[in-house]
Amino acid sequence: MSSAKPRYFIYHIVVGGFAVLLLYPVIWLLVSSFKESEDIFVTAGSLIPNPFTTLNYAQGWEGFGGYNFGIFIKNTVIFVVWMLAGHLISCSLIAFGFARLNFFGRGFWFAIMLVTLMLPYEVVMIPQYIIFSHLGWLNSLKPLVVPAFFGHPFFIFLLVQFIRTIPRELDEAATIDGANTFQIFYKVILPLIVPALATTAIFTFYWTWDNLLGPVLYLNSPEKYTVSMALNMFLSNETVSNWGAMFAMSIVTLVPVFVIFFIFQRYVVEGISTSGLKG
Amino acid sequence: MNSRLQKNMWGYFFIGPFIIGFLSFTIIPMVASLYFSFTKYDLFTAPQWIGIENYKKMFSDDPRYFQSLKVTFIYVLGGVPLRLSFALLVAMLLNAGSRAVGLYRTMYYLPSLIGGSVAVAIMWRNIFGDEGIVNLALQALGLDGIRWFGDPGAALWMLIFLSVWQFGSSMLIFLAGLKSIPQSYYEAASVDGGNYFQKFVNITLPMLSPVLLFNIIMQTIAAFMTFVPAFIISKGTGGPLDGTLLYSLYLFKQGFEYFNMGYASAMAWVMLLIVAFFTGIIFLTSKYWVHYESEGR
Repeated sequence: MSSAKPRYFIYHIVVGGFAVLLLYPVIWLLVSSFKESEDIFVTAGSLIPNPFTTLNYAQGWEGFGGYNFGIFIKNTVIFVVWMLAGHLISCSLIAFGFARLNFFGRGFWFAIMLVTLMLPYEVVMIPQYIIFSHLGWLNSLKPLVVPAFFGHPFFIFLLVQFIRTIPRELDEAATIDGANTFQIFYKVILPLIVPALATTAIFTFYWTWDNLLGPVLYLNSPEKYTVSMALNMFLSNETVSNWGAMFAMSIVTLVPVFVIFFIFQRYVVEGISTSGLKG
Repeated sequence: MNSRLQKNMWGYFFIGPFIIGFLSFTIIPMVASLYFSFTKYDLFTAPQWIGIENYKKMFSDDPRYFQSLKVTFIYVLGGVPLRLSFALLVAMLLNAGSRAVGLYRTMYYLPSLIGGSVAVAIMWRNIFGDEGIVNLALQALGLDGIRWFGDPGAALWMLIFLSVWQFGSSMLIFLAGLKSIPQSYYEAASVDGGNYFQKFVNITLPMLSPVLLFNIIMQTIAAFMTFVPAFIISKGTGGPLDGTLLYSLYLFKQGFEYFNMGYASAMAWVMLLIVAFFTGIIFLTSKYWVHYESEGR
């Protein structure tokens, strides 16, 4: 009774203090984005912007080459929507096939899928680029979004695991009622795997929003840039004076990630804990 | 008979997209990549067969290649164990506490959530600047500031710290693993007079070993492929003095900056072999340290 309280206190000091220390750089970035650019490194030790300014946000939003940040955000949202459509449709179909249907070669293809999970992207990066350039797909979203319509091993695996927990009696009951295989998928399974689809959607959003290598390879005109590419451009054009604008736009790109996380926290945490998805 | 055919047709109807995608976006490119690796190819003129020249050059005539290998090995062998140790330590701390753990869990996870973004790489670049907050903190502790961008070794450790900072997702997986260990095991050990260390070695580690195996493999592969932080923090150069020239970055530069597509393809294949080798080693040794619950439970 008497020793419990100080121990709790020490626990919270250590665990909480360490958490704050870890997040300090992010807090510093946020605060710095409201400082005047020339002050950022002069008053780097202070967490109070003095004077407080939102000028960085206005300047950063203007973007470069006549394209403002709104355009980059719009491009990224379009990219995300295509990736979402691709992953949700293809992965749910494929996962249902693997989890519920008995067919010749199922074990073989499932093993293949697990192996592709571990395949470094670098191995296919160059030939894919060559193939897509022959198809005339360079400087478009096609090389990035078309493959999404053919499944993604991580999400297929996640959905297969989830479907396996659904009792088979439901499928059998539907069969007795005269449903065919597609109807079982569409009417019985699909409504029940919404939580796993939510996890798929959230991680598709994160990975697409952050994707830099893909857009760097395939998009070369500024009007098609995504936010991560726009930030990269900011950095390459870095002059001493525009740190503030760069920090401000960094914060702008982080906000949607945080917002989605705080709304759907449960699916994120469950998705990682149960399938080992890398966040 | 008919129904069996029907079953197969339904099966391939559903997994068909995967097979088509696998053939067109994985198998065909891999075969093409293997072919290109034996050629000299600049993307604009036809590939020219040069046998094993690319591989020979890699191991005998390209100091930058060795540098990128060295840097990548330090990054992987330094970063992955540190990151996983942190993840395990914090997961155990959180598992021991009862209240407010949800909030802490979220706070520790946040770096992982945003860690892959360009924004965070930019942030990292700036907190390690000469006048950044890391040096301010070092000075406050009475130490000398470090010129993180002036010294290739320091610059690489800056990248490793960024990877360790994102231990949150592994921590969540460990936390789920820890929660599934029956409390009665620890109670029995307490009755037998086991101390914390003995419980950790004899209960926690063996029970957690399958999760640990999975994490070591996935994190090692991911670490070998790291690209964004090195690309952003060095502004695409891999500098200073190639100190942050991670394998993926060098491969990217060979392919898309110098247009040595053949050489870059050969690099990709060597990388695949290295990753396969490490994964194989981890799997092979796993039977000595990974403990699986017997089926009867």
